[in-house]
Amino acid sequence: MSKIRQIGCEEALKQLLEYLDQELGEQHSHEVDQHLSTCRSCYSRMEFEKRLKQRLQDAGRQEVPDTLKDRINRLFAEQNKN
Amino acid sequence: MTVPMTENPPQPDPDLRAFCEQEIAAMLDRLYAAALRLTKGRCDAEDLVADTIVKVLDNLHSLQDRASFRGWVFRILHNTFISNCRTRLARPEDNVSSLHTPEGEAPEQFWLFDRLHQPFLLWWGNQEQEFLDRLMAEDMVRAIDALPDAFRMVVVLADIEGFSYREIADALELEVGTVRSRLSRGRSLLQKALWDYARETGIVSGPAPSRDER
Ligand SMILES: [Zn+2]
Repeated sequence: MSKIRQIGCEEALKQLLEYLDQELGEQHSHEVDQHLSTCRSCYSRMEFEKRLKQRLQDAGRQEVPDTLKDRINRLFAEQNKN
Repeated sequence: MTVPMTENPPQPDPDLRAFCEQEIAAMLDRLYAAALRLTKGRCDAEDLVADTIVKVLDNLHSLQDRASFRGWVFRILHNTFISNCRTRLARPEDNVSSLHTPEGEAPEQFWLFDRLHQPFLLWWGNQEQEFLDRLMAEDMVRAIDALPDAFRMVVVLADIEGFSYREIADALELEVGTVRSRLSRGRSLLQKALWDYARETGIVSGPAPSRDER
């Protein structure tokens, strides 16, 4: 395996969101890892984006109403009668 | 619409039905979450989910591969949303051209993080943490709902559903590159909206936004 290429803040920032989405691929992901381990500013930025993503996910989730659950169960029951 | 409709659909084997029922039960909260944000609560999200499941059941025989079940169901959800709800919800900013060509030149990325680190803002402790703590779930939802359709769906699938870019591309019938660019633009718009709410509600205060900030 070749040595990990050094990248700067600008390049790390450009790839940050795809890094958090785990869409970068192994090599680029290692490069960002490497940068984050040495750069406090980019590290706190990454932490912020990660927490924001988590907050969005939490905010988007809602309990399924019982009316919908019943409706879906009825759909399956009907289907299984055939 | 990729779902073929036949007069007398062949019956899927009972095993496949059981699989479908199990999978739907496991993903129902996620389907509902996506339906809520697609419809912004204006067109009934429950109807959208139920209509989707009817189509899933009717077309189960055309499922190619069980591994792609989740993406297939979300594709049906999306297509059902477009055919059932969009016409009723049509707003000028969601017109066809903005739906199909949001790929115009990308303005510079808006980073909340940079705004939070502007020197005129005064914070006690950790400004990022404090900002996130003060934003309410309803601010998040409002910011998502404010996104134009084409960006909203990509952001919902990536950030709420945790789909990979490939899965989003399959569900929305887009190229992966298009998913990438819409996601980047959508998140930028989202961060801008959150920043604007934070200023409106006084979570952050400071001098009025300058012209070039707008
Ligand atoms: Zn850096």
